[in-house]
Amino acid sequence: MDRTVYLDYAATTPVDENVLEAMMPFFSERYGNANSLYALGRDAYTAFEDARERVAALMGATHPGEVIFTSGGTESDNTALIGLATAGGRIKGHVIVSAFEHHAVLAPAEWLGKHGFTVTEVSPRTDGLIHPEDLQAAMREDTVLVSVMHGNNEIGTIQPLRALADIAHAGGALMHTDAAQTLGKIDFDVNDLGIDAASFSSHKIYGPKGFGALYLRKGTRIAPYMMGGGQESKRRSGTQNVAGAVGFARALEIMDAERATEAPLLAALRDRIVEGVLGRLELTSLNCCETKARLPHIANFIIKGVEGEAMLLHLDAKGIAVSTGSACSSGSLKPSHVLLAIGCPQEFAHGSLRVSLGRYTTEKDADYFVDELIPIVERLRSMSPLYAKIKAEHSAG
Amino acid sequence: MLYSDKVMDHFQNPRNVGVIENADGTGEVGNPIRGDVMKITIKVEDDKVDDIMFQTLGCGTAIATSSIVTEMAKGMTLEDAVSITKKQVADELDGLPPAKMHCSVLATDGLKAAIDDYLVKNGREPIAGPILSSDPDFDPHGEEDEPAE
Repeated sequence: MDRTVYLDYAATTPVDENVLEAMMPFFSERYGNANSLYALGRDAYTAFEDARERVAALMGATHPGEVIFTSGGTESDNTALIGLATAGGRIKGHVIVSAFEHHAVLAPAEWLGKHGFTVTEVSPRTDGLIHPEDLQAAMREDTVLVSVMHGNNEIGTIQPLRALADIAHAGGALMHTDAAQTLGKIDFDVNDLGIDAASFSSHKIYGPKGFGALYLRKGTRIAPYMMGGGQESKRRSGTQNVAGAVGFARALEIMDAERATEAPLLAALRDRIVEGVLGRLELTSLNCCETKARLPHIANFIIKGVEGEAMLLHLDAKGIAVSTGSACSSGSLKPSHVLLAIGCPQEFAHGSLRVSLGRYTTEKDADYFVDELIPIVERLRSMSPLYAKIKAEHSAG
Repeated sequence: MLYSDKVMDHFQNPRNVGVIENADGTGEVGNPIRGDVMKITIKVEDDKVDDIMFQTLGCGTAIATSSIVTEMAKGMTLEDAVSITKKQVADELDGLPPAKMHCSVLATDGLKAAIDDYLVKNGREPIAGPILSSDPDFDPHGEEDEPAE
């Protein structure tokens, strides 16, 4: 295989070389423990707190102390859901999450449901958005926490967070958002969005894996999820990952500096792929294509009459990396809960294909992907016992 | 999750793809809701599988197991062909990842359905037993279909 075309940036990104360069000293000569009092420790502490200040500023936080560094998006989500719901020793209450959250939110919500809390899932509509009136209808007197993701990782729709946060607050609840797919990629300001807590992941923005952050508005009580030495103002124990923080801060700075030029380029590349795929393949559609509030780098197709994993394997043989929401790709029986939540019929959700672009995607990559995808789909359809029927049903309207 | 070279070979270059015209027996199994459907057509000569072709909508494993089962069944007596198990299919492919074992049930079921279709059409008793994979409530992670000795 001579060519690798990576189109799965929503899954993870390579570490930017400038990020790597910024991190390197903290693995070797600047290896101190940020809790130590001597010079080596103070150096690490200073670098860590400097990273916190930069990250806080880039998300519009009022105080650096509102940023808690964590091991990644999953830890941030788990901490927010369980830590905010159980803050102050609370043992019951009502929690609302959207039905198409990442599992890092859905799983702790389910845990809360088994430990004294009641949980409501609000479904997105077919436009891939959580509508404020639907959240309003789910609110209860005892609602303590609402968690709705900012940008959906599979379909790329951007939720109207400000309106959702206002509803949560009017009902006396806190508002958390999983912003792993949006921080750095679109304008992001915690105060403009009016949120109390937000989760971030470093490896989605060309930073290292195993690092992330939780924004927590000043004065918001939270039960710690990691307990021990009392780091992060007793909110997240564990020896500080200085290299991770430095890398995350640098990655976010680059995202911020490049966003104005990068976002339109990505949108243009995405549209080039969308036009190519929809123009050359019949019975193919783009999920939530009517929705304007969308991330610039994600396109999620439904290609009828094929199964996603088979497509993915054939593309892989051509050096192309993409992802699918088919059941077989994950070893489960049901396809993507996100696609089912937006009303995609199960039999077609198996034929979903997510393409996500990033900093190193070129026009050549986009064209190569489209050129390789078309014959793969045609071949799989020609092998399908159902395709003739699907096509006939479609023509019959 | 890693596939054996043989799985990838049968996935990339599936054998016996298509539909036999004027087939003696046809089996269509699976469920589009679950994402996999398979159709097998056979020609029968002296109670042996003389020719066999398949069409499959499904994942890599579904396609590879469909392909190999057509190779295994060709030339077999009907009795031997209906008793091919999904484990034998997996072994023939040098193994399947545990999470994908269930995908191979489609291949053996398709073959069974085609053979029964032939027998019933010719006024004979079906011999394959229940075809589980077409049942919407079928749990493909369930028990292995080892032949009853």
